[in-house]
Amino acid sequence: MAGRAQPVSPAAGLAAAALVAAVILGPVAAVLWRAEGGRGLGPADWAAIRFSVTQAVLSATLSVALAIPVARALARRGFPGRAVLVTLLGAPFILPVIVAVFGLLAVFGRSGWISDAASLVGLPPLQIYGLHGVVLAHVFFNLPLATRLILQGWRDIPAEHFRLAAQLGFGPRDSTRWLERPMLARLVPGIWAVVFAICLTSFAVALTLGGGPRATTVELAIYQAFLFDFDLGRAALLALIQIALAGSAAALALWLSPGEGSGGGLDRMTRRWDTGGPGLALWDGALIALTALFLLLPLAAIVADGLGGLTRLPPQVWEASLRSVLVALASTALMLVLALPMALAVASGRRLAGDGAGILGLAASPLVIGTGFFILLNPWISPASLALPVTALVNVLMALPFALRILIPAARDTAQGYGRLGLSLDMRPRDWLARVVLPRMRVRLGFAAGLTAALSMGDLGVIALFADAEAATLPLQMYRLMGSYQTEAAAGAALLLLALSLGLFWVFDAVGRRGAEA
Amino acid sequence: MKYLAFAAGVLTATAAWAEKPVLTIYTYDSFVADWGPGPQIEAAFEATCDCDLQFVAAGDGAALLARVKLEGARTDADIVLGLDTNLTAAAVETGLFAPHSVTADYDLPVAWDDATFVPYDWGYFAFVHNAELAAPANFRALAESDLKIVIQDPRSSTPGLGLLMWVKTAYGDEAPAIWEGLADNIVTVTKGWSEAYGLFLDGEADMVLSYTTSPAYHLIAEDDATRAAAAFDEGHYLQIEVAGKLAGTDQPELADRFLAFMVTEAFQSVIPTTNWMYPAVTPESGLPAGFETLTVPERALLVPPAQASEVRDAALAEWLAALSR
Repeated sequence: MAGRAQPVSPAAGLAAAALVAAVILGPVAAVLWRAEGGRGLGPADWAAIRFSVTQAVLSATLSVALAIPVARALARRGFPGRAVLVTLLGAPFILPVIVAVFGLLAVFGRSGWISDAASLVGLPPLQIYGLHGVVLAHVFFNLPLATRLILQGWRDIPAEHFRLAAQLGFGPRDSTRWLERPMLARLVPGIWAVVFAICLTSFAVALTLGGGPRATTVELAIYQAFLFDFDLGRAALLALIQIALAGSAAALALWLSPGEGSGGGLDRMTRRWDTGGPGLALWDGALIALTALFLLLPLAAIVADGLGGLTRLPPQVWEASLRSVLVALASTALMLVLALPMALAVASGRRLAGDGAGILGLAASPLVIGTGFFILLNPWISPASLALPVTALVNVLMALPFALRILIPAARDTAQGYGRLGLSLDMRPRDWLARVVLPRMRVRLGFAAGLTAALSMGDLGVIALFADAEAATLPLQMYRLMGSYQTEAAAGAALLLLALSLGLFWVFDAVGRRGAEA
Repeated sequence: MKYLAFAAGVLTATAAWAEKPVLTIYTYDSFVADWGPGPQIEAAFEATCDCDLQFVAAGDGAALLARVKLEGARTDADIVLGLDTNLTAAAVETGLFAPHSVTADYDLPVAWDDATFVPYDWGYFAFVHNAELAAPANFRALAESDLKIVIQDPRSSTPGLGLLMWVKTAYGDEAPAIWEGLADNIVTVTKGWSEAYGLFLDGEADMVLSYTTSPAYHLIAEDDATRAAAAFDEGHYLQIEVAGKLAGTDQPELADRFLAFMVTEAFQSVIPTTNWMYPAVTPESGLPAGFETLTVPERALLVPPAQASEVRDAALAEWLAALSR
């Protein structure tokens, strides 16, 4: 390291990264410590690992490969409703998985809209269950998120570069080569690794749409080890394998993506001249329309399904909603405290610490983390009394990799563009943060906060392991309704959840963007 | 000063709590839900016991037992409510449970003489379908039909495990062949009952693995008589849900009182229309109107608790092999 990169030391970020690693690995260690005997991994466990990796590689690759042209189309086209569509891109991702699965099935299922339409012309129903169904669901979850993250990359290309490109007479192809490809090379590996990690730990989606035990993932194998055989050693071992797999993906991404930023500019509004002819406009329009349909139809199904149930919600669902909003806000605050220093540390060149610790949270099995916390807390305090704080903490760990993907590019550009100036002015860390970093990262912080709040809102996660009768969150109440035949009320609760998640997301995102380019 | 006042407040609150003994019961999620049996039972028992009854939701079936195993002798639980006969032998093996002294005139399809666990409700697993469907009369007919079914994964779900035991007890060594025949009927396998039942209601399958009592919910709570359960002539597998007292309880007398209360009218009359199962002791007023319309299997199947875990492991291996092809 040749000197410092900016007027704040990476120490706080490194401490945050160490804390995150400890909070994730500590519980796994606790489970291992508590394990006795156990039979090690069997052929079924290896089959689960193989299936998990296969579907995660396919899902991540497809999500990112599709996200690139969609993000490019969104970056160079303006149209009415674009801002709403960009906000809605966050929606599938923040839905509780089971709600999203029902939304998808309403469109693609055996009695879904497409199958119904097909039966009118005498075709058999769509066969959604299988590996392709799993991948379809994962693309539904992750394509929008990847699109949104890649879209940020286009926004980070300084307006001056496009201006210069226009003066040099660049067409779309030249822009791709000189402006877009280097940006994508920086971003895409990291985004791929995050999506890979999410899909790797998939359980309910993979099982429900996978069509049977062929679609057994590592997380289900962990369930089996823990609940069926009470083999804590095997559960922890599988959890570690899951973490190692996601960690390798993250390391690969780090190795593949160069660490420099997009370069500085004058923060002008970006105007694009390289929009090509009508053919390209048609192509972009078709891409955007297809993506919008793919995302919005299942959402529309969830809304249509839930409207009737809204009036049938028992009062406890409203209490649970309040509790969930509070947990979401707490998660968001804690995420900002951890993610900002980590992003700054990465911008100062400590990439492994920030990125590596960040991705752990996605790969960690909620069941093992929850059990580990349980083992750690139980001798001292009733774990049920800490159900909500632990839920908030685990939500932060889950949201952190996304927050980092959002924050790191801006932190890096800020450090590279202004770090030396700040150092030469001998700025105090506090002034550097208040006058340079926060204003320059406000849009990103808003987006990251919105995503964390929404994600936390929709997470069933560890609460199910800890909750007592009184401290249920909204997703848990929704699940309880589903589990007692009250399907209609459950659909209403799902709609409420969707509205609250999107609302929180929109508020944070809008506060961040106020006055800035959308 | 503020802290002192806070500490004083906490102490007084604790002292106020301490006046009433607390009975802690670990159970599953849908039992404690506001629309489940929990709240009514809590009120009824607290009216008689001068105590504070606290339900803790600790996951269903296997998760409940895992939780108690994790906590070991230090557990706060006085009673665990919600295990079934597939788990009772494993639970006794932990040495964490104490024998009971409850006697009752049970209305169970089998004789009950377990020294550790007291049954509180029961039901038959069955495939639920729309009433107009011509349902198959057994697994062979189902396998030969084009009907689509949704089932639950035995590794994460109690009904899923019940189906495994059902096919194994009905067909023994022929079970793998039955599963191979069923493979093309199974639309998908879900993590839990809720997902499977939701898929069925959304029309993704013709039948779903549930209970013979499921149509009672639709009939009584929704006034909807269009659901029915298929009667299978090889018999139906039973689920008997039980509760047991922990040996390390600090409220042994209160726990005994609760177990005795469990088989009385006040508890049993709540069960049919909140847990949607048959009560272990039929209330004097009989079953709620509508229950008489339910399918009653001719034969009840049940693996004796002592052999449950052995049968379970063998059946799971067969199931995985047959459906992973």
